[in-house]
Amino acid sequence: MRIAISAIKNTIEAQFSPRFGRCDFFILIDSETREWEAFSNPAISARGGAGPQAVQFITDKGAEVIISGRYGPSAFTALEAAGVQAYLAQDGSVNRVLDKFLAGELESTSTATGPELHGRG
Amino acid sequence: MIIAIASGKGGTGKTTIAAGLATSLMDNGSRVSFLDCDVEAPNAHLFLKPVFDQRRDVDMLIPKVDETLCTGCGRCAEVCEFHAIVVLGGKSLVFPELCHGCGSCTLECPDKAISEISQNLGILESGPTNKGINFARGLLNVGEPMAVPIIRQLKKWHLPGSGEIVIIDSPPGTSCPVVESIHGADFVILVTEPTPFGLHDLKLAVHLTEELGIPTGVIVNRDGLGDMKVDDFCLEAGLPILMRIPLERKIGEGIATGQHLIEIDSSYGDHFHHLFERIKEILTDVEVVR
Repeated sequence: MRIAISAIKNTIEAQFSPRFGRCDFFILIDSETREWEAFSNPAISARGGAGPQAVQFITDKGAEVIISGRYGPSAFTALEAAGVQAYLAQDGSVNRVLDKFLAGELESTSTATGPELHGRG
Repeated sequence: MIIAIASGKGGTGKTTIAAGLATSLMDNGSRVSFLDCDVEAPNAHLFLKPVFDQRRDVDMLIPKVDETLCTGCGRCAEVCEFHAIVVLGGKSLVFPELCHGCGSCTLECPDKAISEISQNLGILESGPTNKGINFARGLLNVGEPMAVPIIRQLKKWHLPGSGEIVIIDSPPGTSCPVVESIHGADFVILVTEPTPFGLHDLKLAVHLTEELGIPTGVIVNRDGLGDMKVDDFCLEAGLPILMRIPLERKIGEGIATGQHLIEIDSSYGDHFHHLFERIKEILTDVEVVR
């Protein structure tokens, strides 16, 4: 299974990022082998709609699960449509968040957990 | 001539200035139009008291995807500048609140799976004031995020007649609705107050008018409230301070009861007349330099 985790730097040791749509990096990890790849988030500079764009990006990379800190309403609608399971984490390194997820310690969410933050400029 | 009244910071007195200036121009025999472009919270009508006799809806076309025709190719998502349409799990998903109504997705869809449906954003209203000011305003529906289409339609709807002076009451800030409001103006008056917030946001607004290349002057409202840093900044930036309105209780009380400045203190009729003369001088100088 491919898991996406939002992060502030581009390695698996990096600090987890609680932001979803405008996080700096997504770390894509294979849950069996723990092989990982880091991608800078193209939605970070989006003028609007960062959430849906980020969802499109991680699903194009094959993610079936996303772990982040909060999801806005638009992001959440897009995650649901894409069939991506959204999980919530608090802090720690990406490695640590992954361990917690694999140990079944993280909760999934079935509703948006953040406010509407459209950067509509 | 189009004069826009804007400010970085909200609540500095844009409408107070705009209503006073429009009234003074009218009293001096000009033909005057007034556009309240602060469509999220228009309030100039409270002071100028127009009687609205024309009204029209503002709609925007947003995409609607026919799922039976959509192949999930993703072309619509590629061309959408605002990520208002994304393709997930082989299906196009529209986020109407992000859509700017440009129509690119509809045009570009290779399978003709996208049609457009009309979504109401708000209304435009116009009518004369008792002094004969040609007043118009836009009003964005509550909960609707997109102010720009309303402002654009308002300015199109209410094109100035020749020789007419148009006063534009802009929304606060420096984002898209402000750009749309002051775009095409001959002169921008930035209203500020002598406080750290006033100065901070004035600097942002000055950046904007510089970027747009519109001659700009400053009015200091609630003069005496804070410090001299707005004056220092204007001196350094070469920005003329066109007028100062002191912090006075009677002005606040008058405005709270729906009076404009000239009704509160008739000497402001002359002050606004001088303000307009000063703006004309500045614009003549700008022409000479050009």
